[in-house]
Amino acid sequence: MISEVLTIIFLVLGLFFILTGCLGLYRMPDVFCRMHATSKATTLGLVFILMASFVHLGFSSVGLKAILAIVFAFLTAPVGAHLISRAAYQRGVKLHDRSVTDALSARYPEKTNADQIRDQD
Amino acid sequence: MIDLLTNSAFVILAISFVLCSYRLLAGPTLPDRVVAIDTITTIIIAMIAVYCMKEGSAIFYDAILVLSILGFVGTVSMAKFLARGGKIFDQ
Repeated sequence: MISEVLTIIFLVLGLFFILTGCLGLYRMPDVFCRMHATSKATTLGLVFILMASFVHLGFSSVGLKAILAIVFAFLTAPVGAHLISRAAYQRGVKLHDRSVTDALSARYPEKTNADQIRDQD
Repeated sequence: MIDLLTNSAFVILAISFVLCSYRLLAGPTLPDRVVAIDTITTIIIAMIAVYCMKEGSAIFYDAILVLSILGFVGTVSMAKFLARGGKIFDQ
């Protein structure tokens, strides 16, 4: 009984977070905004769904695999998101028009991101 | 109850898949498409987990592990490829 209730709660939470992350991927105006909206929300939704599956299937050899998948998702998703956004910045992808700050611009003096924002001001 | 919930979970995950495919097709830059592919991998992993929950079997959990490793390696290699093509490392 309580495992069924926990399964339903975890599954609904996971679906909500995944749908919200994909809406952010669809709606946001910028690569960095999309990354910011998508990676964290989708990872949390995946972890909730894996937890629901773990609770539903019970403690067995499956439980170890579910815990392993959860740990792996928590370890790899921030690394991947950070690497892609860093590569996008190094590649010269423009920030959105209404971005207010560019903290990396001092470290990349050749870059044009900060110059574009400063020219628009 | 669980059966109805897993069926509606497939519908919601399919809607998310469609949103990510829009960004994959129409993303203005290449990192957009990489983010979309990464998110699609996450959605497929969630679909496999929901399927395991619906069927009550655990034979696809190895597929979950393999798919998460493949998604991470693909993302990292694509990021290295994008960064090396940039202007910083050309000099």
